[in-house]
Amino acid sequence: MTKKTDVTLNINGQTHNVSVEPRRTLADAIREDCGQTGTHIGCEHGVCGACTVLIEGVPARSCLMFAVQADGKAIRTVEGLAEGGKLHPLQQAFMDCHGLQCGFCTPGFLMLATGVLEREPDISDEDLVDVLSSNLCRCTGYQNIIKAVRMAAEQMRSS
Amino acid sequence: MTGKGMFAADVSFPRQLHMRIVRSPFAHGLIRSIDTQTASALPGVVAIWTGDDVADIPPIDFRLTRIEGLESYRQHVLAQNRVRYVGEPVAAVFATDAYVAEDAADLVDLEIEELPVTLDASDAPTEFEPGRLTEPAVIRKGYGDVDGAFGAAHAVVELDLSIGRHSGVPMETRGAIGRYDAARDILEMYGAAKVPHWNRDQLARMLGRDRTAMHLHEGHVGGGFGIRGELYPEDVLVCAAALRLGRPVKWIEDRREHLIAANHSRQQCHHVRAAIDVEGRILGIENEFFHDQGAYVRTHAATVPDLAAAMLLGPYRIPNYRAVGHIRLTNKTPAGTYRAPGRFESTFVRERLMDAIAARAGITPVEARRRNLIASAEMPYKRPIDTLGTEVVLDSGEYAGLLDKALKRIGWTTLQDELKSRRAKGELVGAGLGIFVEKSGLGPFDNVKITVDPGGAVEIVTGAASVGQGVETVIAQICADTLGVDFDRIRVIHGQTDRIDEGLGAFASRVTVMTGEATRLGALKVRQKATEMAAELLQCTVDELGIVNGEIRKTAKASGPSISLAEIARHLLPTSKTRGSREPGLTGEGWFFSNHMNYPYGVHVAVVSLDRETGHVAVERYLVAYDIGRAVNPMLVEGQIAGGFAQGLGGTLFEEFTYDERGEPMNVTFADYLMPTAREVPALDVLICEDAPSPLNPLGLKGAGEGGTNAVGAAIASAIDDALGVPGAVTQLPVTPQRMRDILDRVLPEKR
Repeated sequence: MTKKTDVTLNINGQTHNVSVEPRRTLADAIREDCGQTGTHIGCEHGVCGACTVLIEGVPARSCLMFAVQADGKAIRTVEGLAEGGKLHPLQQAFMDCHGLQCGFCTPGFLMLATGVLEREPDISDEDLVDVLSSNLCRCTGYQNIIKAVRMAAEQMRSS
Repeated sequence: MTGKGMFAADVSFPRQLHMRIVRSPFAHGLIRSIDTQTASALPGVVAIWTGDDVADIPPIDFRLTRIEGLESYRQHVLAQNRVRYVGEPVAAVFATDAYVAEDAADLVDLEIEELPVTLDASDAPTEFEPGRLTEPAVIRKGYGDVDGAFGAAHAVVELDLSIGRHSGVPMETRGAIGRYDAARDILEMYGAAKVPHWNRDQLARMLGRDRTAMHLHEGHVGGGFGIRGELYPEDVLVCAAALRLGRPVKWIEDRREHLIAANHSRQQCHHVRAAIDVEGRILGIENEFFHDQGAYVRTHAATVPDLAAAMLLGPYRIPNYRAVGHIRLTNKTPAGTYRAPGRFESTFVRERLMDAIAARAGITPVEARRRNLIASAEMPYKRPIDTLGTEVVLDSGEYAGLLDKALKRIGWTTLQDELKSRRAKGELVGAGLGIFVEKSGLGPFDNVKITVDPGGAVEIVTGAASVGQGVETVIAQICADTLGVDFDRIRVIHGQTDRIDEGLGAFASRVTVMTGEATRLGALKVRQKATEMAAELLQCTVDELGIVNGEIRKTAKASGPSISLAEIARHLLPTSKTRGSREPGLTGEGWFFSNHMNYPYGVHVAVVSLDRETGHVAVERYLVAYDIGRAVNPMLVEGQIAGGFAQGLGGTLFEEFTYDERGEPMNVTFADYLMPTAREVPALDVLICEDAPSPLNPLGLKGAGEGGTNAVGAAIASAIDDALGVPGAVTQLPVTPQRMRDILDRVLPEKR
């Protein structure tokens, strides 16, 4: 139970060598062992999506994965979105559109949307709503989140 | 947004212990034994407490609406001999690692003798404990001659209605970290929210400490909605443990715990009657209701049923009224407030009643409402009842005017024609509305301390709290406007009990009103002090001076000498030679007192279509028209309304905590407690109006936090009735697909 395994977590291009129990969730390892607390845990059932990170570019629920499963893989979290102090277009759009209130679900939505827009830059508005319905927000009523992601999608396409 | 937030789970201290709560698996039972031996032997376990270990800590007291008879129904921080709901804290495990704490909690062996459960608040009361029933109190409000009104009535309409059990369910679960600083003898709690100062006082009292030796700290808060920040058993336990075990103690709730342990809300059954005259005017209302309080009476005491009874009358002229509200204990999770407490419920009841009155009087739902609305000429309108310890005086309102604006905005007349032709083609579509009065700006006071530092930065310290609703922005805006400084130079500090002695926190849509006005008053004092000093330095009178972008200069001249607030702050340093006999520091304290709440009001309009096969209710259009006197920040106001609407929608169509016959909760994950996603929440039209500023504060402010939620159940129920062509079809919330199908089977059997 307490036997630990060495794993290498590559988070936002930085290597973290950590020793974890096999049962340790990736979310806990990212937060507690690597100190990246921007990834939030909202339900631990894989439903709310607050803990969404990108693994090899694909959105994943880090509460449903064990840290050992992410060994050696490229992980991206909300801390890696802004570059050199400049906000990612999605972060900027969330701010401009009032796409967040308490901010707890925001990292999950940002990573979900980043993963989707990078793979499918021309995703239709309808499909985008379907994708965004995989995460939960309790403050905004979603309309401003949808607005922000659409705005960022447009910017990311034109840049 | 960049990952730099500091929510409760992000707070950690060296050598901290992790607390895990062992919770009752039974809804009602006597604790025969708790065996902690195996659990204690697990490496890493430092202590395990049961009820005996905290028997000296008193139960958690009431914060609001204390009424006689409720005291003996308060909750202890760990169960004492008896458990009353699934999820009740029975033992607390403290270990060096969160995973180990959870392992150990699983090993704690409970022997509980099950007792019969009480699950329906409208059944006859049962025994809570020997000599005490499950009905601790009955709320009675009213005035006039109700029996006379019913005796003289042209007709009486009568409805049985119920509202489901649901709650705020913020995305961040609860969390608390206790830490004892032995060197200074100060006990700290991180993860505070909503009402840090009140909780500080209570924690100090419960743990036998001076209030000045107890500090609470609020970090980022992942949604409040009424439920977060109230004082719960776990908050007390981490503080007691930090003190007794001498190490920081961290507790982070998991989602299953949240859904069974944090406050539930809303569940009520109403039997309501109205006496009307031949034209559909209301002569009197009588309402008897049963409030399902759950297993204990928590911090809100009688708040929710009190508000339900007082606010049921809404925007209408009701000459005679009688409300009887039974507070009933059941073997379910204890209940507290949730956004628009007592109003989501009573608006559903009242507006269902208005639709029934319309049907009975043979007039349209809009006309029935119009005939009963209080006219603006009657304002301020005093109702001879009180709530939350304040008299209900509707301070201002243009109710009929807002109804007109809302109907115009949605295009009501055209809409009726469209719906008629769609219904003729066989579609089940309809429109409905709900009108409501909210309440906001609860006093009795708020205060802020404003300081301009020698660099020109402005710090506002307030006893208000933020639950993620944008407090900092609104307060900074009001200060920026009053003081004449750049918004970006202002920092707002809230929720830190060591920075300001008093504070009431954030609830009841009070912050913008109360803290906003306190901020304006404090900023005026700073302004006065600054301009007096500047007048001396610039050799002119105070009246000649204005402040723009932090620069004080003569208003008559765009150019000419000026002096910055930063320079004034330096002139006012204790060591300054120019300070003269003035008190050091460019500071000002603002206190605002208010004995009355104020009353924003709104209209919701819904258009829905029903699916015969699945029972799905699709909300095609939705309008919230809301008059809040004055909108300080329209974007934040719209955000509040949109978010509130989504929560109202959840309680109307999806969300419900249900229990099986043994009192076992059926909704313990997000897979079976269904909250609306981006798919279910339609685009919302928001109309913010400022036609009736509050006369109770100089800015005319009213609160905006709860109007988006208030009438969602009412408006959608009305729209469903319209789609079915059957007034009164909806009598219960939420209208889940299953319930919608039952209604369809009942009212349109031939169409299935």
